[in-house]
Amino acid sequence: MEIVVCIRRAPTTDARIKPAADGKNYEPAGINYDISEYDKFAIEAAIQLKEKHSGKVTVLCMGSKEATKEVRTAIAMGCDAAELLVDETFRDSWATASALAARIKTLPHDIVLFGWNSVDNQSASTGQMVAELLGLPSVSVAVSMEVADGAAQIERLAAGGKREKYHVKLPAVVTCQKGLNKYRSPNMKGIMAAKKTVVTETPANAPADGVTVLRLQPPPPRADGKIVGKGADAVNELVRLLREEAKVI
Amino acid sequence: MPDVLVFVEYSEGKPVKAALQALGAGSRLATELGGSAIALVIGGDGGELGKSGAGRVLVASGDAVKAYSPDGYARILANQAAATGAAVVLASATPMGKDFVARAAARAKCGLAADCTELKVEGGKPAAIRPVYAGKALLAVQAPGQLWATLRPNAFAEATTADAAKIEPVTVGFDAGSLMAVVREIVEGVRGKLDVAEAEVVVSGGRGLKDPAGEGKQNWQNLEKLAEAIGAAVGASRAVVDAGWRPHGDQVGQTGKTVSPKLYIACGISGAIQHLAGMSGSKVIVAINKDENAPIFKVADYGIIGTVEEVVPALTEAFSKSLRG
Ligand SMILES: Cc1cc2nc3c(=O)[nH]c(=O)nc-3n(C[C@H](O)[C@H](O)[C@H](O)COP(=O)(O)OP(=O)(O)OC[C@H]3O[C@@H](n4cnc5c(N)ncnc54)[C@H](O)[C@@H]3O)c2cc1C
Repeated sequence: MEIVVCIRRAPTTDARIKPAADGKNYEPAGINYDISEYDKFAIEAAIQLKEKHSGKVTVLCMGSKEATKEVRTAIAMGCDAAELLVDETFRDSWATASALAARIKTLPHDIVLFGWNSVDNQSASTGQMVAELLGLPSVSVAVSMEVADGAAQIERLAAGGKREKYHVKLPAVVTCQKGLNKYRSPNMKGIMAAKKTVVTETPANAPADGVTVLRLQPPPPRADGKIVGKGADAVNELVRLLREEAKVI
Repeated sequence: MPDVLVFVEYSEGKPVKAALQALGAGSRLATELGGSAIALVIGGDGGELGKSGAGRVLVASGDAVKAYSPDGYARILANQAAATGAAVVLASATPMGKDFVARAAARAKCGLAADCTELKVEGGKPAAIRPVYAGKALLAVQAPGQLWATLRPNAFAEATTADAAKIEPVTVGFDAGSLMAVVREIVEGVRGKLDVAEAEVVVSGGRGLKDPAGEGKQNWQNLEKLAEAIGAAVGASRAVVDAGWRPHGDQVGQTGKTVSPKLYIACGISGAIQHLAGMSGSKVIVAINKDENAPIFKVADYGIIGTVEEVVPALTEAFSKSLRG
């Protein structure tokens, strides 16, 4: 089975994000990076598919040259080959999806996996856009997946905790949600393999962004709160404030 | 034409609340742009929409839309986006909207401003504002051509218009056999369970409630009772979800759901940056924590210092009394 998993390098979730002087990007000083959380479920799903059906996992990432670190982590977890589509600027999901789709078209692919959302841009759309550009079926927010006989049985999380069941022919695009699996940490053997793996770097050749940034701004500050009181004695005053001051009940 | 096309999601024969909010937002933006709002209904009848802000209501029906299909819905929305020549295409950022609208935008060769909390006109052109980095920053964007955006539930108000709009059928143009992914079956979640992402009031529990299979049993029952008393959905911190105390669908935060209810009550939650990221867009935040230095108090509008054992049941009692009048 030929498996492609697309990953993103994103600021860690504890990063403090402040607009930079250009007003369009964030201030990069002091920011650490990691594989965007949900992509780890996609990597795990890819490795499990390989372990069950044999085959090869190619990890594909569009990002800055520094993203070789994240790509190597994916190799250390158990992916086989790695490719970085180099683009040094912050790109929207349309530009990213276009560059990824153009590359995936030239790679053998029975299934293409993504995280369902990124922790930074939070567009939750790159996977579905790639599917559309490649003319493939897509199922997003997968929480269970079984592959057999050239097809996949997938459950996706829908509104109100409901699960929608799909049966799609491969090749297909699936975006992965927490709950699909528990992702592994790299082991020693993986880390050694990752050191030796050649990460192919090619320019991303992404088209212009589909949405253009006017500005990145801090969220409106919240007004200072107040401590209503201590213990059960404070509840009546809290309810009064919620009703009369905040007017939310 | 500066019209705004709004996909209106139906569930069980009725438009969902978030979709009516999107239609409201669409009609206000259309007025500002000098056009009108056009509602697109797929697999519903379009009745009752006439007075929710739409100038026209387009309805796609037939075998091809009997069951939800992301590629099928994307084709219809992209077709109507082209046919109407709308300046803006909107949908609500519900699990369905998040799923297929990205496909539709790509089909239209457009980008997507996802999960927006504000729409406005800047420099004569429509602009969308969306939280990024889990709400640690806001990104304002425009599009070179048609602007596609999905709107966060509860961030926009519904609209009411006096005149009922005309319902016009539109052709689907393909049959069910050409669909690539179609819902085969829907497995119910917990019956009648409110989704944290869509609820107007959320009560969340953290590690401070302790293990529901052990000493925390009463605490979680108390939390459910509080939620029931005020019609709230129950949310949770990641610590609680990772411990297996609550399903992951309940997780609020940067790697869980982003919520913006009118009231968010955090019980026994410390307020880690990843948790704050998911709920700081709430209109009013209440925190109950025994540690007066807990970071949750920095974002809370109202705080009570105390244990969940003591405060949660007392609060349920006080709410019930107040709601009885
Ligand atoms: C990549 C990544 C992603 C993450 N994503 C998320 C996310 O999406 N959502 C999320 O929530 N977290 C997330 N986290 C985890 C986050 O960093 C915190 O660990 C987590 O939010 C803590 O949960 P908590 O507040 O329930 O527990 P704790 O931090 O342990 O806090 C428990 C609180 O309960 C109080 N308490 C204890 N006993 C009582 C009592 N009897 N009565 C009243 N108060 C009491 C304590 O004073 C304390 O403040 C993420 C972390 C990482 C690394």
